[in-house]
Amino acid sequence: MEYKLTFKEYNKSLKKGKLLGLKCNDCGNYTCPPKMACQECGSTNMDVEQLKGSGKVVTFTVSFVPAEGRDAEVPYTVVMVELDEGPWLLGNLTDIDPNKVTVDLIGKPVQLGSKMKALPGDVYMMGDKEAEGAFARPTFVFA
Amino acid sequence: MRKVAIAGVGHTPFTFAAEKSSVELFNEAAMDAIIESGISAKDIQALYVGNVLGDFSEAQIMIQSYIADDLGATNIPATRYEGACASASLAIRDAFMWVASGFYDIVLVGGVETSAKMGTPLATRTFAMAHDSHYEYPAGLTFPGLFAMLAHLYTAKYDVPLEKLKEQMAMVTVQSHKYGVHNKYAQFQKEITVEDVLKSFMVCSPLQLYDCCPFSDGAAAMVLASEDVAKKLTKKPVYIAGVGQSSSGKLSAQKDYAPRIRAREVSVKQAYDMAGIGPDDVDLCELHDCFSIASIIAVESLGFAEFGKGGEMWETGQADRGGKVAINMSGGLKSKGHPIGATGASQAVDIVHQMRGEAEPGRQVEDVKIGLTDTLGGDGVLCNMVLKRGW
Repeated sequence: MEYKLTFKEYNKSLKKGKLLGLKCNDCGNYTCPPKMACQECGSTNMDVEQLKGSGKVVTFTVSFVPAEGRDAEVPYTVVMVELDEGPWLLGNLTDIDPNKVTVDLIGKPVQLGSKMKALPGDVYMMGDKEAEGAFARPTFVFA
Repeated sequence: MRKVAIAGVGHTPFTFAAEKSSVELFNEAAMDAIIESGISAKDIQALYVGNVLGDFSEAQIMIQSYIADDLGATNIPATRYEGACASASLAIRDAFMWVASGFYDIVLVGGVETSAKMGTPLATRTFAMAHDSHYEYPAGLTFPGLFAMLAHLYTAKYDVPLEKLKEQMAMVTVQSHKYGVHNKYAQFQKEITVEDVLKSFMVCSPLQLYDCCPFSDGAAAMVLASEDVAKKLTKKPVYIAGVGQSSSGKLSAQKDYAPRIRAREVSVKQAYDMAGIGPDDVDLCELHDCFSIASIIAVESLGFAEFGKGGEMWETGQADRGGKVAINMSGGLKSKGHPIGATGASQAVDIVHQMRGEAEPGRQVEDVKIGLTDTLGGDGVLCNMVLKRGW
């Protein structure tokens, strides 16, 4: 069975600020990031749909210790966002000073920003074919 | 299925950057297990090795084959297991099944890692390969980052103020060091205080340095044998009475349960049911405390504490020696160290030492009859084992 929404397509779209997901024709729920089978019911009867890109922060961290090759990024804020359509999506929050982030961030409404950050990959990520040069990072701002 | 026993064990010191290779480390542990079992390498019918990052730390894949040959177990089938930090436990579970099935009578199993050799940046990078590389690593997720997010989620979901949770987390670390100081194999043999934890530098908020286990090098190994054979090899067989294993999707796919790791609940139930026991029967547990918050989350899913109340086990001494269940009397990953490919085997080896009464007096638990291991790989490979004293 052919993969309905590949990383390549999802990533290409996300780099332009357009978040794609899959809507299940059997249970009506959304799956994002995409999977072969519905996150909620396991059905493969799903269609690609654009999601709004808005939601609220369910958890977060400010990272001070970088992985190799990412020294220039720290400190940075990672957020897990519950999208309005239901799925959780991991991304970055960019319009706050990481040093000023507190636990009050949980519950705050956010939306995908107009400028998407991307990771060019590194020597371990042979993403040239799939990522076409860069891995999009869902980049959120306060709603 | 036949009963399977641990007939002999071996364990190297867990250290900062080792001056030995992974083959050398594994076989020091392996030869000790072989000698203790009173067999020779030629008696071993198959080898199962947990190893995660040998490709990166030593430019070596297929290490299992070189380990077997180096040991003198020439031409035996040898297999490497990769389940991130749970690799050795996956190897043990499979080794157990090959013996239980009747296919083999004597096998060697264990794990080895030299991640400290890589240094923090490369080790952080390669450990993060156990996240979803396409959908979650690009945003900057790392292992402390993952557990940091679970900690914040924990405060919100269970309405535990962050300050209180941080104190409970610090108590977890303090207890690990309190026992690690007595463990001759431990990487840190040093006591620390709650204040030390709370003033250490921030890694990923809210996790500070002493909330995190170190990068470590080391190995652990065991000889497994069928019941009949084991009884001839040792007067003190420790039986693998139950095993469980489970897997998970990426962190965002775990939304319905997080900060619980549902896979742990699935895995440990398999192990408990197979052994015919429940959490109340466990005397001693070596659980996966890669981060202080990880212990609190673990005791809840293992059935030792109610959800949202795991930290109270350290506040009240229920996780301590003489408490409800003695947790991480080895010092755990935090104080003993965490050479990821070896950790599951190290947990089992330590329970064997405890059952035989061979642990150092400062950390020996009296009369251990039932032990539980709990190993977590990446963001959701789980493996649990119930060990029963056979004498």
